[in-house]
Amino acid sequence: MSNVMLEVKELTTKYVTRFGEDVYAVDHVSLKVEEGKSLGIAGESGCGKSTLALSLMGYYFPPLHYTSGEIIIAGQNITAMPPDEVRRSILGTEIAYIPQSAMNALNPTEKIISFIEDVIQAHGLYITKKDIYERARKLFEILGLPAEVLQKYPVELSGGMKQRTVIATSVLLLPKVLIADEPSSALDVTSQKMVIKMLRQAMENGLIDSMIFITHELPLLKNVTDDIMVMYAGQIVEKGTAEETVFDPLHPYAKGLMGSIIVPEKGLRDVKLTAIPGVPPNLKNPPAGCRFAERCKFVQPECTANSVALRDAGGGRAYRCILSKRELKEAYAREASQ
Amino acid sequence: MTDEKKSCLSASGLTKVFGFGRQKTVAVDHVDFNFYEGEIVSIVGESGSGKTTLAKMLLGLISSTEGEIYVQGKKRDISTQKKKREYWKSIQAIFQDPYSSYNIFNKIDSVLLDCIHMRGGRKLPHTKKVELMAEACSFVNLKFEELTNKYPFELSGGQMQRLMIARIFLLKPKILFADEPTSMIDACSRATILDELMQLRKETGMTIIFITHDIGLAYYVSDSVCIMEHGKFVESGSADDVILHPKEAYTQRLINDVPKIHEAWDLSTV
Repeated sequence: MSNVMLEVKELTTKYVTRFGEDVYAVDHVSLKVEEGKSLGIAGESGCGKSTLALSLMGYYFPPLHYTSGEIIIAGQNITAMPPDEVRRSILGTEIAYIPQSAMNALNPTEKIISFIEDVIQAHGLYITKKDIYERARKLFEILGLPAEVLQKYPVELSGGMKQRTVIATSVLLLPKVLIADEPSSALDVTSQKMVIKMLRQAMENGLIDSMIFITHELPLLKNVTDDIMVMYAGQIVEKGTAEETVFDPLHPYAKGLMGSIIVPEKGLRDVKLTAIPGVPPNLKNPPAGCRFAERCKFVQPECTANSVALRDAGGGRAYRCILSKRELKEAYAREASQ
Repeated sequence: MTDEKKSCLSASGLTKVFGFGRQKTVAVDHVDFNFYEGEIVSIVGESGSGKTTLAKMLLGLISSTEGEIYVQGKKRDISTQKKKREYWKSIQAIFQDPYSSYNIFNKIDSVLLDCIHMRGGRKLPHTKKVELMAEACSFVNLKFEELTNKYPFELSGGQMQRLMIARIFLLKPKILFADEPTSMIDACSRATILDELMQLRKETGMTIIFITHDIGLAYYVSDSVCIMEHGKFVESGSADDVILHPKEAYTQRLINDVPKIHEAWDLSTV
């Protein structure tokens, strides 16, 4: 049993709108990331992926509020920590976060090296500029980035290079968990591959111990992460290893997602892509029963009555549906034969 | 390609140069092509390869530096505003960002009504107009009754993009440019949009020119694919040939760099 780097128990967070309504964007989410493992989070836009990423850091600012649950990073419970304390001693050193458009975070009037100096000094490590440069240079070398980048301004770098610079900076303080929120969505395929390669290198060289990777691109997740978690309307609907989730999904929503994958492979043109009809529910007043019931093909009267709990499917897999594994398999087989 | 297919849009030596002297940038470099009627053609390239510039030239939004464009075998003439308007009746586009494609002050009814008027339906009775609008909306699985008196920004991104397709359904142009129509939309609604575009082609027989950087998407929708690099077409041919048996090194690299489901993704090649 390897070390658990990040453990989240029944975390619930909400947004409070300006009219005072509560929107539970993360609803009783539990997850566990072990050392040397990566977890992928998939789901369509607005399902709470990014909110979950923000919530995991334990650093809340309005309109996001903490409601209940626990976050344990490498044995340290940070749930009750005040925000200032979290910022000083957790962010960057224990858990690092790469937001969606991270490359825009670089100050255009400053060189990359002064950005790195800022990061180090903000965490109370008062070392000389020469030492900082040495440290940054070594890190860049490990990650395969040219050292000249340090002396350049952001405008002189391409989008892919900027993104890789920001990722390199985020692993500078050797965080235990790295949360990457769509780190490659604004890049073209070659830059995307470089970014992924760099994240792998960071993992292999022990710069980060574990990673949470958020994206809506399933082919990418399948190739990058060990486990995949599918989110829908703020809840986890399916959890399992990458292989299982992609090739043998259990939850109807996950099944629908897998049916909409487009990759340039032989046989793609022969299958008809399946789109999921309808739109996700409004989280201001979510349905009482299964949140996917409205769009589900296999909906039954019981679905809308009571909320559905996450069911264990054995081998670390879980899914949120009232149908059993066997019933779901039969339903998919019936659908495929039609 | 068989000889019976009629040429719909073709160009020879089409070039666009931005700037001059040291700042000269050749965005599109002597491109020749011939697109046939009723075809779905994809132009695939990375960012900065000049695919949007090419589309803008073909749409008549910017002038070309060199080269000729032929529409149905005849040389294109958009020298006056009147001729341009006439041209735009036969050529239309869907853009990347559905949020900025609409006039925010116009209600959805008037967006669709404009299309009917443009097709010469200004004198039709109102009930007939409503009927046409409802038909267009039901084509893209939207309910017209729910859309009346709404503004475009009240819709989701996917709905807006589908409304765009409803517009195209009413306008029935000969040629449609789709410039990354699904890049701002998540994976689930993407399939719907693509299927609707393919349905549109089936019903109206229009030529669709699909501009994208996603090679998987291009493979799914198109009959033929053109790969663009630094303003030039490096490889073109039928989708199966280009994607499954690429000849050029650049195409091979592009395809290799896309993460796949059934094949392993080789990270060592970058």
